[in-house]
Amino acid sequence: MNIRLILNLLLATIVLAAISVWMGQQSYAWLPPQAAAESKMVDDLFSFLVALGSFIFFGVTGAIIYSILFHRASKYDYSDGPPIEGNVTLEIVWTAIPILLVFWIAGISYQTYERMATHGPMEIVHLHVPGMEEAYAVAIEDTIDPDESIEVRARQWAWEFRYPDGVTSTELHLPVNQRVHLNLISEDVIHGFYVPAFRLKQDIIPDRTIDFEFTPVREGRYRLRDSQYSGTYFATMQTDVVVESEDAYESWLADASGHPPAESFNQAADEYYQASQKSVIPGWKTIAPAPAPIVNYPTSIKDSQS
Amino acid sequence: MTNVPVETLNETQQPVPGAPNNWRRFFSFSTDHKVIGIQYIVTSFFFFLVGGLFAMIMRGELITPEADLIDRTVYNALFTMHGTVMLFLWTFPVLVGLANYLVPLMIGARDMAFPRLNAAAFWMVPVVGILLMSSFLVPGGPSQSGWWAYPPNSIQNPTGNLINGQVLWLLAVALSGVSSIMGAVNFVTTIARMRAPGMTLFRMPAFVWAVLSAQLIQLYGLPALTAGAVMLLFDITVGTSFFNPETGGNPVLYQHFFWFYSHPAVYVIILPVFGIFSEVFPTFARKPLFGYRVVAVSSILITFVSSLVWVHHMFASYTPGWMRILFMVTSMCVAVPTGVKVFAWVATIWGGKLRLDTPMLFALGGLVMFVFSGITGIMLASVPVDIHVNNTYFVVGHFHYVIYGATVLGVYAAIYYWFPKMTGKMYYEGLGKLHFWLTFIGANLNFFPMHPLGLQGMPRRVASYDPEFAFWNVLASLGAFLLGMSTLPFILNMVSSWIQGKPAPANPWRAIGLEWLVASPPPVENFEELPIVTAPPYGYGSNEPLTENLSPSNAAN
Ligand code: HEM
Ligand SMILES: [Cu+2]
Ligand SMILES: [Cu+2]
Repeated sequence: MNIRLILNLLLATIVLAAISVWMGQQSYAWLPPQAAAESKMVDDLFSFLVALGSFIFFGVTGAIIYSILFHRASKYDYSDGPPIEGNVTLEIVWTAIPILLVFWIAGISYQTYERMATHGPMEIVHLHVPGMEEAYAVAIEDTIDPDESIEVRARQWAWEFRYPDGVTSTELHLPVNQRVHLNLISEDVIHGFYVPAFRLKQDIIPDRTIDFEFTPVREGRYRLRDSQYSGTYFATMQTDVVVESEDAYESWLADASGHPPAESFNQAADEYYQASQKSVIPGWKTIAPAPAPIVNYPTSIKDSQS
Repeated sequence: MTNVPVETLNETQQPVPGAPNNWRRFFSFSTDHKVIGIQYIVTSFFFFLVGGLFAMIMRGELITPEADLIDRTVYNALFTMHGTVMLFLWTFPVLVGLANYLVPLMIGARDMAFPRLNAAAFWMVPVVGILLMSSFLVPGGPSQSGWWAYPPNSIQNPTGNLINGQVLWLLAVALSGVSSIMGAVNFVTTIARMRAPGMTLFRMPAFVWAVLSAQLIQLYGLPALTAGAVMLLFDITVGTSFFNPETGGNPVLYQHFFWFYSHPAVYVIILPVFGIFSEVFPTFARKPLFGYRVVAVSSILITFVSSLVWVHHMFASYTPGWMRILFMVTSMCVAVPTGVKVFAWVATIWGGKLRLDTPMLFALGGLVMFVFSGITGIMLASVPVDIHVNNTYFVVGHFHYVIYGATVLGVYAAIYYWFPKMTGKMYYEGLGKLHFWLTFIGANLNFFPMHPLGLQGMPRRVASYDPEFAFWNVLASLGAFLLGMSTLPFILNMVSSWIQGKPAPANPWRAIGLEWLVASPPPVENFEELPIVTAPPYGYGSNEPLTENLSPSNAAN
């Protein structure tokens, strides 16, 4: 190797690294606002993966583009290239690099996952994986008082929330900066609890109750979407999550408990009804949606679209 | 026996007595692996257009946020059928078709080990297609539960009929599994037992290694999928309770059955494409495949490792933490043999004498898109990131970069590369290049926007979406329409050059490999005299003869 080649390679690596770091910084802007403590951890991990991925992607495509530009056969040159069949050192190096990278990425991902400690299915906790003790300890020790948790009921195609003191709503209200505990329950098929601003997702399996924990840290109104395909009106199975101050949350609860239960607006039930009014029913027959939830705090059409 | 003129070819004896020996043989029960290969390719291309039509309608629906173009039930049926058709009637069969055509030629065999089994396996493909398409005619319409068919959603049957779209779907999938198992037995036997003298394992082309690895996956994986499909069929039709939670079944068990096959299935698809890359790059870079042995062995390694990663599709399902972590690590390990291959291809191209003919353009485009999908694949394997983007458009973007970017572009590369061999005619280079640019731009315009959409939180499988997602969806839809159009120059090129193209020499690319030593198209029994192989493949630049007895015919004219 001559000095010039080494310098060129060094220069290319530095430029590539600078671009990759910059891409990693940009990646935060590709994601929704960070509304939960967990989202910060996920975004940092994602940014790291974007930086690393950019380095590899631009490195490989750069080499390809360089070859296309400078290693073309001229029109009448039918000779062959150099018969290089391999290079043991090179092959060992580039097998070792992915192995190291993979363990690096897996290690950082694991740390992030452990710090998130969102619970989820915990059925087989006694099967200890070395290093996972911390996550389990959190899970087992502060066994949450079931009265303190909010029940999330998913059905085709509605969300319904039940608070410890009996209040029900179709909009999820949460106090800011407090670790919340949810019990996820499905009444029919598999649904998925997904709040993009929280970076959290958990399938809800019929016949099981799944514990789920996280900490909202930013006040505002966010979208809760069904993430596991659940049939005809799947796309409409959305509602809002309202993260508000402790005071606002308490007064909302107090206010809601004073309302008599009323039927809420439900997009699926509404569309199904509209279709059944038509003389020619478009499309194919579908499972009838569950009736619109009857709750203390129904979301109006206007609210659900704001 | 080099350079047999076309006239004598038509007089050669057919393997099935009484079979037609003109173009009609492509429509009859032929046992010639070359005829069957082309039958597979053409049939699957028909279904590619069908699946593509479904995709156009879906992207039409998604060009606006509201569900206004088609009813939601229709949309759901379309994405179910799009996925099913594309996987079971396009990618699997087209790659099996290429392998069918090429493997016996590449290893110096006269045919596949079991020619009649081969034909029977092929003829099940149109039956699968008819079964699936007929579900548009049954009262409740086609299955609407996605190509995963997760229970209990797939068990719900609003019409109450026993013959419904879901049942037809399951029958089709099970039948397609049977056909693939028959094919796999045939390929593995052929490669194990029918190699020409001197064709040792490390003299087999990388494509043959890739096909062998892919077909081994079919043998261990398909029984799981087929068992899962049959159990689900029982749940639906006779009310057993394997997976139905209402009667005590476990829906998560189905997910394990399903993904135990369906993750490795992605390697059944991508391995042959890796094989295609490994053939095309050396030819058009005029250099040996760099690290050939490592490339060959990493195919087999992928076969093993990919059997241990299926739970990464269930990170957000009922999967406890320790299992998430375990399968995260195994999933990431797949990146090692895959990365080794990518480096080997780049090193093959590096310092070569590149010619950018259409097959090379498609292979390069496919490689770039594959690298991109590999990087998003690693992100998906990382549990915390996957928890955010799982079941969003990010995943859809990831696998379309694999399945369209790498696989479809790789298949096009293969079709252009071996078209002269298969038909004895040259295709039109100008149309080929036009086809490439439309495809490459269309595919990126279509699938890149899906990544920002997924990161922003747009779920997959939705007929309507929040208005905030409109911008990227419009771009994706425009890309999709461009992709739809991109098939027109391809069809035009193939049909017109087959009918009236310039006759192709035996070896138009001056490539090294047994298939290039016989006439274009090859005679019925491939080799009059079986070749005696004396050298490893890819001897570019070294002037080493590949065989003792067959000399390269009219090369380089
Ligand atoms: C090599 C060819 C590949 C193919 C054909 C392929 C194909 C697919 C497909 C079809 C899906 C969609 C599953 C779904 O519908 O949800 C998927 C998801 C996934 N892929 Fe790949 N993939 C490939 C490579 C990779 C690689 C190299 C990795 C990582 C090392 C990877 C990791 C994943 C993960 C973790 C998921 C699950 C995502 C989720 O469900 O959220 N894939 N892939
Ligand atoms: Cu749902
Ligand atoms: Cu997978």
